[in-house]
Order: sequence, then C-alpha cells, then structure tokens
Amino acid sequence: MAAPDLLDSILSGVTRPGRYAGHEWNSIAKDWEEARLRVALAYPDAYEVGMSNLGLAILYDALNRQPDVLAERVYAPWPDMEQAMRSRAVPLFSLESRRFLRDFDWIGFSLQYELNYTNVLNMLDLAGVPLLATARAQMADVPLVIGGGTCAYNSEPMAEFFDLLVVGEGEEVVLELARLHLAVRGEGAAAGNWKPEFLRRASHIEGVYVPSLYATRYHSDGTLQAITSSGGAPAVITKRIVRELPPPPTRPVVPFVKAIHDRGMIEIMRGCTRGCRFCQAGMVYRPVRERPLGQVLHAVDELLQHTGYEEVSLVSLSSSDYGGIETLLRELSDRYGARRLSISLPSLRTDSFSVGLAQIIQRTRKTGLTFAPEAGSERLRRVINKGVTADDLLRTAEAAYSSGWLRVKLYFMIGLPTETLEDVLAIAHLVKAVRDIGRRECGRRAQVSVSVNTFVPKAHTPFQWWPLMDAQMIRERQAALRRELRGPGIQLSWSDEDTTWLEGALSRGDRRLGAVVQRAWQLGARFDAWGEQFKPAVWRQAFADADLDPAFYAARERSASEVLPWSHISAGIAPTFLWDEFQRGLRGEPSLDCRVGCADCGVRSAFMLSSCPTTAADKGA
Amino acid sequence: MLNELQQRFRITFRKGADVRLISHLDLARAWERALRRADVALAYSHGFSPHPRMFFASALPVGTTGRAEMLDIVVERPIGLSDLTARLRGQMPAGLEVTGLAEVPLTLPSLPAQVVAAEYEVLVGCTDAPAALQERLEGLLATGSLPRRLERDGKPREYDLRPLIQRLWLIGRRHDDCLIGMRLQADAQGTGRPGEVMAALGLHADVRAIARTQLLFKA
Repeated sequence: MAAPDLLDSILSGVTRPGRYAGHEWNSIAKDWEEARLRVALAYPDAYEVGMSNLGLAILYDALNRQPDVLAERVYAPWPDMEQAMRSRAVPLFSLESRRFLRDFDWIGFSLQYELNYTNVLNMLDLAGVPLLATARAQMADVPLVIGGGTCAYNSEPMAEFFDLLVVGEGEEVVLELARLHLAVRGEGAAAGNWKPEFLRRASHIEGVYVPSLYATRYHSDGTLQAITSSGGAPAVITKRIVRELPPPPTRPVVPFVKAIHDRGMIEIMRGCTRGCRFCQAGMVYRPVRERPLGQVLHAVDELLQHTGYEEVSLVSLSSSDYGGIETLLRELSDRYGARRLSISLPSLRTDSFSVGLAQIIQRTRKTGLTFAPEAGSERLRRVINKGVTADDLLRTAEAAYSSGWLRVKLYFMIGLPTETLEDVLAIAHLVKAVRDIGRRECGRRAQVSVSVNTFVPKAHTPFQWWPLMDAQMIRERQAALRRELRGPGIQLSWSDEDTTWLEGALSRGDRRLGAVVQRAWQLGARFDAWGEQFKPAVWRQAFADADLDPAFYAARERSASEVLPWSHISAGIAPTFLWDEFQRGLRGEPSLDCRVGCADCGVRSAFMLSSCPTTAADKGA
Repeated sequence: MLNELQQRFRITFRKGADVRLISHLDLARAWERALRRADVALAYSHGFSPHPRMFFASALPVGTTGRAEMLDIVVERPIGLSDLTARLRGQMPAGLEVTGLAEVPLTLPSLPAQVVAAEYEVLVGCTDAPAALQERLEGLLATGSLPRRLERDGKPREYDLRPLIQRLWLIGRRHDDCLIGMRLQADAQGTGRPGEVMAALGLHADVRAIARTQLLFKA
C-alpha cells in the first residue's frame, strides 16, 4: 500500500492533486481480505477523461455488486506525477484503497482510442508489471492484464501485451470470467500456475480473445498470410452482445475534480440503424436495442437522487432515432424543469425535428447545436450513405437560428473515398449558406463553427479496404477550405496531420506494431491524444527503429483477398455485407436505414435474433 | 431580490484530510451536489448566467484543511432547521462534515465581506530546539517590513507581508514536528498566506500540513 506520508509529500508538489486523492461520492472501497477476486479497472488517460467513460462505470458497478469481487479504479498519472512517483519509487496504486496495482488479480484496461496505447504500457511499467504477456505467463502472482473497449475490434498492435481481450459488450462476459477465475483458482494448488488453464478455458467463452493462442504468419511483402488459432480456441472470435440492456448504473462515482463530461449519463439506446459507411460504431454496436421509456425515467430519477448532478446526458449513437424521444424529453422537462436540471442530447440527426427536440430541453440557448453532415456534396453523401440533404441542413440551420441559438457547429470529413476537390469546395458553399441564414435570423452575432476531420478508414466498416488519403492532398484541401472560409462568423478547425497518420497506422495495424508502441513509450511518448504532449518525432523514430513504415498500414489500399489483421475478430457482420456496401459506396448508391428495410448485414443470424432492431415500443414503456 | 419564502442558512463545516487536495471550485461543486442530493432547493441568481446562491466565507487553497469553514446558502423552498440538518447528514462526501447550522436573516451583509482574518496551525518538521524556533518567530515579528511581490493578472503587485501577520506563536512540539500558530489578515486590503510566512521563517521546505483553524469576522 502506498505510504501515506510519502504520498502526501508527493501530492503536494503536483498539478491537480485531486486526481489521485479518491474518496469521491459513490466510490466503493470493499474489504480487501474478504474479496476473492480483486480487479483494478484502468483507464489509460488522465482522470478527467477516464471519469467520463460510461463503459468503466458499468463494469465498476457490475463487478462490485458481486459479494466476493472487488473493483477499484486507476487512471494514467500525469507526467509530473509520473516523475515524482519514479523518483520516490512509488508504484502505481488504485484510488480506493491505494493498494499497488501489482497486488490485484486483474488489471482491466479500457481501450477506447489508439493514442492511449503508450499510457497502457506506462501504467504497467509504473505498476511493476512486465509488459509482455509471454514474460508474465509463468508468474502466478503477477496480475492478468485484460483489455476491452472499441480498440478490441483490432487490438493486434497491443496483442503481445495483453493476456486476454473482451470483444464487444463486457457486462455479462466480465462476470463469467470472474466465475471462471474463482473456479480455476479454487481447483488448482495454491502454488501452481493457474494462468494457462484459465486462459485456455476463457478462450471458449464467447467474445474472449486470448492472443497467445493465435499465431500470425506474413508474406514476404509484409501482408498477413494467416492468423491461426491453437489449443482449441475458435478460428474467429465473435463479439459479445447483451440481448437486453441491463438496468443502467445509477450510483456512478461523482468526481470532485472537473471531468471533461461532468454530468450524469444514461444510455437510452445501443446501436444505430443508419448504416453510414465510414462509421465503426454504427457497424460494431449492432443490433439496435432501445431502453424502455419507463426504465429511462426511473433511472434518471435514481441517478439524480444518488449523485446530485445538475446535468444528465441521454447517451446513444443517434438520439433522434430513439422511439419516443419526444415523449421522453417532455416528461423529463415536466418533472425536472423547476429543479433547473440540464439535459444534454448529443448525436442529433440533421433535421428540424431535432431542433424541435432541442427546444424542449434547452433552458438557455447559450451553447450551440451540433450537426454532422460529414460531406459537402450530395454525391459524396450518397457514397458514404449519410442520408442528409443540403435542404435538410439549411432547414435545420434556419430552425436553430430562428429559435434563439446563436451558434451552430458542423462536422465534416475530408479524404473520403471518391472525393474530389469539388466535393471539398461544396463544404465551403454549405457553410457559407448556413452562415448567411444565421445572419439573416440573428444578425452579426450568428456563428458557424466548422470542424473538418481527416477521414481514417476503420476496421469492420465498408471502407476498411480504403487507404488514408495522401498527406499532401489533405494539406491542399485543408488550405482550400481555409481560403474559402475566411471571414466573420465562421470558425474553422481541422485535424492534426501527425495524429491522423498515427491513428491510421495503429487502428489498421498488425501485431508487429507492438514493437513500435513499446519503442515509442521507451523514447518518452505519453498522453499522445493530448496536443501539447504528443511527440510525432518520437513515433517516427519508433517506426524507423522497428523497420516498419506507418504508410504501409495507414495509406495502403487493401485488396479483397488480403487477410486483414482483424479478420479473426467478428462484429457479427458478414464480410460479404461489408464488401457489398463498399462497392455500393463507390458507385454512389445509398442504402436504406435498416429500420426501413433489413439489409441482411448478418447480425440477425449471427445472434439468432427474433427481432432486430428492438425498440422501446417492443419492450413496453 | 428578496422573496418572502426564501431562507438563509449559515453552515459551519470541516474540510478534512480526505478532501484536502481538492480545489475551492471542486469544493463548491461538491457542496452544490450534496445539497441537491439532500433535496434542498438552492435559490439561483437572475440574469444571463444564473448560479446558485451559495457564498463561502473564504476560499481554502489546495492542500489546506479547514476546521471551521463557513458557507451561507439561500434556499427557495421552505425548510426547517432540524429537517435540513437531517437531510444533509446522509449526503456529505468523505472529508466534509457539518459542524454547525443556523438560520440567519436574509438581510445580513455578505459573508465573505465580513471576514477580517484567519488563524492557521502549521505542522513543520523541525530539528531546531524549541527555544531556537521561538527565536526565529520573534525575529520575524521584530522585522519592520517584509517587502514582497506578486503577479496578478500579468501585472506585478508589491506589498508588505509583515503587517498581514497579526500573531505568530509556537504551539508546541511533537517528536520531530513543531506546531506553529498564526493569525493572518484576510480582507479586501490584503490576505496573508501561511506558506509565505513559513518561507519568511526559512521553514517552507519542512511544512508537513497546514490547517485553517478558524475565520475571524468583523464585530
């Protein structure tokens, strides 16, 4: 356990020491001796970011409800804290009990973003846990290193550091793993090495990926020849889903320190039926499952009672699509309006219906409304299957500005498949049209914020074979937009070039990138997702030292026959569906929202679903 | 704006070791949430950016505990004193403890404007014999002026620390630690900081803990 005096003296000298102090409302510190399984839930980023993650809050709740299981939290120490810890030889400790991470049975990392990978290694190193799974395999007393989250859909760059990864939704799987752990530890001799047996049996649980049971072979050109399983592990790991959304946690830990999303969160729906071809979340979170209205209302009530939050966010991938969204908002507004509860409804569809929804809940019009048309031209929007027309956008803008909002934020991407310069300039036309509407409705105070992000093709999407656009072309297109969108009333922001190629390489990379991540960490890479901490030169060096080229992963078009590094992981979607959608995209043919007509993506049969999507109406409000 | 249904309560509380490291803004947010959990209807100010009518006597810096901190709140839904006490009791996070609660007239002047000074206890590691330490304290008190400068809003401000030190005394010795007491001015004309006083004594590096023991108000 971290010595209190030593810790006190360290904490007096670091920025935002409240991040490491614990004792937050609703934090759970169970009896260490009584627990038979002790889990450290780790978010590999700063406290303020990790505390905004709903996934870990769900697992914290689920694990701690088990009488014989204990779950505590740990976040990445900021560089000044890391330095103090290393110089005073204080290993990484959990928030609740301040026990050292190496004393836990599992360290479970939530992998939501590739640019957090160096923090994972840093946290393991600070914990005194060997980085490589092979090094830990024979050490019965060293924690198991487990991962989950979005990056599990292609975790290959980190595969050598993890003993086990959970693909898909973790709520049920994590409890099955807990039961298995207790069974295996209970059976075996106390001194024996229980890990190989545990991992072997775990690999048979649906959704569990044990990288050590999979071997990779490469062609001479560097592409994958095969990923083969051994020891009875399945050839393909299919993600786990929960058939019905379990009740949401209503006693989340309430931070003292301001988190980036400093509000209560209730998930109203999982999955999305729109089928936008660039969107990984829309593909991997299928099928859609809506939470019944009554359950949402009850959960909000409990959440407010147990936290005292002044704002609640209704979380989903496309809030306007939740059946009964209008009823829900009116009900919440009636119940809590007098209490000045703020309701946040992110992920709005671009239509005036959404503006109507925003009006129900917006008590002041200070903040703006955000929409994501994503592409500037009708043609390109059909390619990416973003079913928004220019007319939709302009009517939405008109509804927003005329209702009292002074600011509209728009998200666009550049580098999309088949994109031409015309398509990019069309963004500028649209933005100026929106600005003009704003000025007409609100005068000079009207603002348009435009965020132009470079498209990174993602695994498990129809565009997964497409390369990242050449950097020079991206720069030219960004420059064109900057020229066109100069002037009052418009704020333009765009992606950082180095962040983009690194994200592209890591999200589409294979197991050999483990050496690159490790080298980058050794050279001092930390908090790569933070602009001021990111060191692209270090990463370039790390790639060079490993004799690998990031462009090979990020910027190379893949052929239909190529074995992709994530081909042994399935989101339940038929590979033929993805390829067909890709071809339809290249031809500019839109596909229907699957609420309108099932496109047979494969999820229905993969999970033997009797109904897909499952709406709030199906379950009875 | 005076609303006949509004009430004003004065809360005395302890900010203990468990929450020593949170900032004043963190503390204010924690109080707001505790009050909401307790179903206490805080009144809000009017205007473009309404905020809850909560007024702390004085902000505590990060790292300092407080034994008798004070906070005034204005509530807009009637509540009795014993009811408020009971409701608050179950909702205080670790490290925050209500030690006093009273209803006060709405028309009382602003709480922060009434503060004139604050007393602190500073725990320092010291190898000095008590007599030597006493000499150090007396030496500082005998100094006529202690010119200092501070950066505020990018502009340097010069001030004299010495008149801000109203009292300074040795409370006692415990093993390798000494406890030093001080009363420092804390009003619109100047605020003495315990860390500065310890630096002036040449003991800044050995400070183990700082506790604000009480706030002093205008008569």
